[in-house]
Amino acid sequence: MSEIRFISGDEAFAQGVRLAKPQVISAYPITPQTIVVERLADMVEDGSLNSEFVHVESEHSAMMTAMGASAMGARVFTATSSQGLLYMAECLTYVSGGRFPIVMMNANRATALPWSIYGDHRDSLSQLDSGWIQIYVEDAQESLDMALEAYRLAESENVRLPVMINLDGFILTHTYEAVEIPSEEDVRDFLKPRETWDKLDFDNPVSMAFTVGPELNEEFNLLHHKAALAAIDELDRIDKEYAELTGRSYGGSVNGYLTEDADYILITLGSISGLVRDTVDELRAEGIKAGVVKIRMIRPFPTDELLKHLENVIAVGTLERDISFGYEGTVYTNVNSALHKGRNFADSYDFIGGIGGRDISKEIIRECFEAMINKETDRLVRFVGLEVEDDVR
Amino acid sequence: MKEITWYGRGGQGAFTASRILGAAAMFRGYKSLAFPSFGPERRGAPIRAFTKISDKRIVDRSIVKKNDYIIVLDDSLYSDKLLKELKPNGYLLINTKKPASFYSDSRIISGDIKANAELILKLPIVNIGILGLLIGIDKDINLSDLEKSITEYMPEKVARKNVELLHKINELSGGNGDD
Repeated sequence: MSEIRFISGDEAFAQGVRLAKPQVISAYPITPQTIVVERLADMVEDGSLNSEFVHVESEHSAMMTAMGASAMGARVFTATSSQGLLYMAECLTYVSGGRFPIVMMNANRATALPWSIYGDHRDSLSQLDSGWIQIYVEDAQESLDMALEAYRLAESENVRLPVMINLDGFILTHTYEAVEIPSEEDVRDFLKPRETWDKLDFDNPVSMAFTVGPELNEEFNLLHHKAALAAIDELDRIDKEYAELTGRSYGGSVNGYLTEDADYILITLGSISGLVRDTVDELRAEGIKAGVVKIRMIRPFPTDELLKHLENVIAVGTLERDISFGYEGTVYTNVNSALHKGRNFADSYDFIGGIGGRDISKEIIRECFEAMINKETDRLVRFVGLEVEDDVR
Repeated sequence: MKEITWYGRGGQGAFTASRILGAAAMFRGYKSLAFPSFGPERRGAPIRAFTKISDKRIVDRSIVKKNDYIIVLDDSLYSDKLLKELKPNGYLLINTKKPASFYSDSRIISGDIKANAELILKLPIVNIGILGLLIGIDKDINLSDLEKSITEYMPEKVARKNVELLHKINELSGGNGDD
């Protein structure tokens, strides 16, 4: 029997990890991720989670410990945020290239300088090329559920890649809400203990984490690329199976709302999606055909799945908490590439907001739609919610 | 949607109380969110916490700007400016030693929660007790839901005494407890 508890996003994720039963947890605390690590340490201490908790001295070591344990065939968990993620960046490509199915929670937080503990997506988006699967969630329930779905995805034979689940710092990690926690029995068949042939085993030796020269290196990268792409359909399958079990489905790699006949669509990532849907409802009541597409998985990038929602739009806007200085938001770059591949020439805008914890209000979301409706194509890329004038031209 | 801002100082339990209230609303079948003012905290420094209660899923996760209730745990944090953060028909509840006549605005409901807390808890902690003032004025906030919430989400030893304090304040404020 499941139970409903009033808990935070961090606590919900910790509950999901408890149900996934990792044998090894290695993590270094950093705000706003700290609570997930504390709760898991409590669980190990009180015996509700039978896991080896390794106290490491840095994020770099956290990831390398996780990789070592994963190489032994263990299910492994770690979590980080912001500078911690950047500090372990070197290890991220080792883990993905070595095809170690580690699950990591990242509490999205601004990157220094200016130093800030508040949220945006620049930390994780800076690691799009690390070879990891990246998923963004919207509320505490989805956090718990994705902890479980993430292990299934990471350990799928056709994927075998690490998965990073992103929670908006504070807005999700520190906000309490009602969360349904499945019982161990509920999820027993959904997520069985990890079994793999790809581990350090004297009886069945395999070569792991090896060197490859130019004669085959590109081919290994091709395999990695194919495995990443396979995660799009795999997540869809896993999500459907999870829905049968719990009644909760999140829609695989993208989640569209009122997109079918929409003239104007705003693309979102993470916790702001709910407020955008609310605003779309208001605009619809005013006679404006607005819609939302939430990108849940940004690596691999769900090109076809996204394009399906954008077939009939006049304009599309990307609302993102990210800026690649000197160019544009990285989500926008990805969206535009998909649009071009689909020969979709709708006007495409980039709305950069919510940087360093800045609030994205309903008024700001309306501003984004108004820019699309008014065809303000002289400013395709702009900051929103600024206290000063955006005079970038 | 009902929106509530808690004003307190680090260590006074504003965030804990915002969660107890949110969970009580959950028990009543409402959707609710509770969160602190994000960022670093230290004991004694002013902090805020927020509770949102609605019959629909709550998607606006930003801080509250206009409140149905403002709850002030420490009267040194009060200023008339706070009243501007109230919605029409909103109330401000405040823990204070000052007599009721001190706050002339009819939207302010005051009570000496601290004196009662010192008797019952042996501590000047008023975060749960002050909810006794809220029961009297909001039909959706219910003594038995709060009791359940306190019992489930606070350590046993603290919970029992706080339930006692809550009953006491509810009684003193003329609240009728459960409807």
